[in-house]
Amino acid sequence: MARLRRSMMFVPGNNPGMIRDCHIYGSDCIMFDLEDSVSINEKDTARFLVYNALTRLKYGKKELVVRINSLDSLGVEDLEAMVRAQPDVIRLPKTETAQDVTDCETEIARIERKIGLPEGKTRMMAAIEGAKGVLNAYEIAKSSKRLIGIALGAEDYVTDLKTTRSADGVELLFARQMIVNAAKAVGIAALDTVYSDVNNEEGFIREAELIKKLGFDGKSIINPRQIAPLHAVFSPSEKDLNKARAIMEAIAEAEARGSGVASLNGKMIDKPVVERARYLIERAEAANTVVTVEEV
Amino acid sequence: MNFEYEKIPHINEITAVHGTYDFNAPATKSTETFTDRQKHSRKMIPTLEDAIRYVGLKDGMTISFHHHFRNGDYVINMVLDAIAKMGFKNLTVAASSLTDIHEPLIEHIKNGVVTHIETSGLRGKLAEAVSHGLMDFPIVFRSHGGRAAAIETGELHIDVAFLGAPSCDPYGNANGYNRDEENVSCCGSLGYAKLDAQHADKCVIITDHIVPFPNTPFGIPESHVDCVVKVDSIGDPKGIMSGATRYTKNPKELLIAKTAAEVIENSGYFNDGFSMQMGSGGASLATARFLREKMIAKDIKARFALGGITGQIVEMHEEGLIKKILDVQSFDLIAANSVKNNRFHQQIDASYYASYVNKGAAVNQLDFVILSALEIDTDFHVNVLTGSDGVIRGAIGGHPDTAAGASLTIVVAPLLRGRIPTVVNNVNTIVTPGVTVDVLVTDQGIAVNPARPEIKERMLAAGLPVFDIKKLQERAEHIVGKPDPIEYEDKIVGVVMYRDNSVIDVIRQVKEFEL
Amino acid sequence: MQIITTGVAGTMESSDIIVRIEPNEGKGIELELESIVMQQYGRQIKKVITETLENLGVTDAAVNAVDKGALDCTIVARVSAAAYRAAKSTDFVWGGEA
Repeated sequence: MARLRRSMMFVPGNNPGMIRDCHIYGSDCIMFDLEDSVSINEKDTARFLVYNALTRLKYGKKELVVRINSLDSLGVEDLEAMVRAQPDVIRLPKTETAQDVTDCETEIARIERKIGLPEGKTRMMAAIEGAKGVLNAYEIAKSSKRLIGIALGAEDYVTDLKTTRSADGVELLFARQMIVNAAKAVGIAALDTVYSDVNNEEGFIREAELIKKLGFDGKSIINPRQIAPLHAVFSPSEKDLNKARAIMEAIAEAEARGSGVASLNGKMIDKPVVERARYLIERAEAANTVVTVEEV
Repeated sequence: MNFEYEKIPHINEITAVHGTYDFNAPATKSTETFTDRQKHSRKMIPTLEDAIRYVGLKDGMTISFHHHFRNGDYVINMVLDAIAKMGFKNLTVAASSLTDIHEPLIEHIKNGVVTHIETSGLRGKLAEAVSHGLMDFPIVFRSHGGRAAAIETGELHIDVAFLGAPSCDPYGNANGYNRDEENVSCCGSLGYAKLDAQHADKCVIITDHIVPFPNTPFGIPESHVDCVVKVDSIGDPKGIMSGATRYTKNPKELLIAKTAAEVIENSGYFNDGFSMQMGSGGASLATARFLREKMIAKDIKARFALGGITGQIVEMHEEGLIKKILDVQSFDLIAANSVKNNRFHQQIDASYYASYVNKGAAVNQLDFVILSALEIDTDFHVNVLTGSDGVIRGAIGGHPDTAAGASLTIVVAPLLRGRIPTVVNNVNTIVTPGVTVDVLVTDQGIAVNPARPEIKERMLAAGLPVFDIKKLQERAEHIVGKPDPIEYEDKIVGVVMYRDNSVIDVIRQVKEFEL
Repeated sequence: MQIITTGVAGTMESSDIIVRIEPNEGKGIELELESIVMQQYGRQIKKVITETLENLGVTDAAVNAVDKGALDCTIVARVSAAAYRAAKSTDFVWGGEA
């Protein structure tokens, strides 16, 4: 079944209450953060906390991600603990070049060997948070087989550009399109940045609609309240879903007839149309089987 | 006189006849102006001590209080201090409820002034002291409906009711608000006080605002009032109620509320003209908000909302979504002001609200009620009275009354509070029996009482995450670990009455714990 | 692991535990525990703290813990972090070597 990554919820790595409860809100992925949400004096305590949570608590079938610190900061120490804790994905922050990914991968592989994990078990994602990283998006995206996706981190990016975030997000357009394009070129996920004004649901929905149109698979979020509106944006309408089903039926019928050409309402169905219909149905089915509460 | 009394046919059989009129009796009527007359109403007593003497308080009597001033109440402590100073002993305090601010009762209990307590609940230091064996005689806990029934049948006889009121006229017409001044103590409905005033042998109104006669429409009529005492302050307005009960931003409460609203929507009871009661907890309030959206979307209106009333209910009333409000207790200033300003926001007394013995109580007309729980067990029994450590820290309120009255009783609670599981194998104290509880909504799934298979089917059809309640209990225990059982002494410190005043459970003294 | 100074980890937030570890030369592990869930989980918390210290090879330590309803995984994490801090060590041993 299609893996959904509509919502990737940040959980501050030093907050025991959030770490205990984060799975109840129905986000597709959970991202435990050891980086920006943890003060420099608490890096060690957060690492212990996330390590023990991952090894002792059950989070059902959710995709679990850990954002580590940069390798030039405490990233290697983070990896020593986190590769052992075995989340699904390690998220590398502030990725500027393909080499950054390779360096991280080398460390991961080293630790995997040391503890006897099959090499390649730990997946990765790279967050691009600067002008240079955006220009290198394609190189980054294809730099490792472990990558499940690349993500935009907008706060650092706009600082790098010497601008600020605006309501319509025009300053992020280039970066977003670079990242989507790069991700799709290698067939991995594209994930959008956070929307930090949690009280502005309208603005959040506008941004979610925009990034969905651009081709993103989902978005990082900072508050559980953003999950429902985000998923609503990513849910196909009943009308689109019915149309997609009709297309797939027509295709199945044509195949049963042994015909390579299918048509619906007198119109021939092009291959991309079929592909979009299939994608839409897959996603809808995956979304429907996501239960808010999973068996522990 | 053109008649002879004795010759009036059947005069000895006509009842309520008191002889012949005395034309020579001097006039007794007052000739003062109405305004002057009020200045020396004989009901106005200068001090609390005078009032206590006036009503003839004696050792061993039962005195009653209401809890409309919640944690801002000065009245109970003020009255008991005066009574203690005057040397009375061995009194029964029958309050509609008691809370943190009533900690000074501990001294009165130790000194033998107060030897018996009846209440809906206890909190704070007083509750802890009682749980640790402060009193010889167990505290009697009654629901609001059970207390009303005990009072109106005379089984709980009140000798003197001391009732605080935010405004009162010189003759005793008392109200939970004040029409003349803003920014003064205000509690809205006087629902619990009304019944005490009506049934007590003597009734003393204690107020800090004397207003001109008639203080109408009144919560308590002068016909029930023996005397009125003006004091400097009856309470702390901030402790009595907050400006508006706020919508929660707590994501867990919002999640529970959203699910609860979906439960209601799909329950079969969400139809035009429905009736409801919602609590004042974060999740209950938020449920009201989600329900409001569904009411607007489906063009469904409620016929009435009952119970403790919040600003949210008032707003829905004012925008036409709820036709009428029946208010036994106002939870915030918006609700209190609405009692004053909205014609169809009706004060009701505790008996009308929830008694099981009167000729009709409003709880019986409820489609659904949203209730909270400290604990709920796998038999759906609910505890709202004792904490997980066995110490008293809550109140029965109208929990069992509304659960029994409503067609669909929904309990909302987080699966865990910190490390404490809410869904347990056995609650510490049964307050509301599981047979009256239909649906449990937690942040980690819902459970439906097996006695309501049709509700379970509707929930499943709506795609809601329904689990066996035992699964929820196991899930909670899996996360927090198996708790050690609480250890108790043999001594019973509290008797818990069901709404029909049968004993449903007892509370024992907690054992001192040392690791 | 040798406790040579005072190490503190954790917070007073709900669901957390704050653990303070100090040298206790030659006197074994001594625990002072406060918890909002003492009756139900006091024994378990004590067990987890002691076992965590034993696993770290700590033999002598004066431990003060104020618990606000932390889960076992949080207790292990806080005790470990406090112990490493009190030992002035960053040679974290995560184990699992094949």
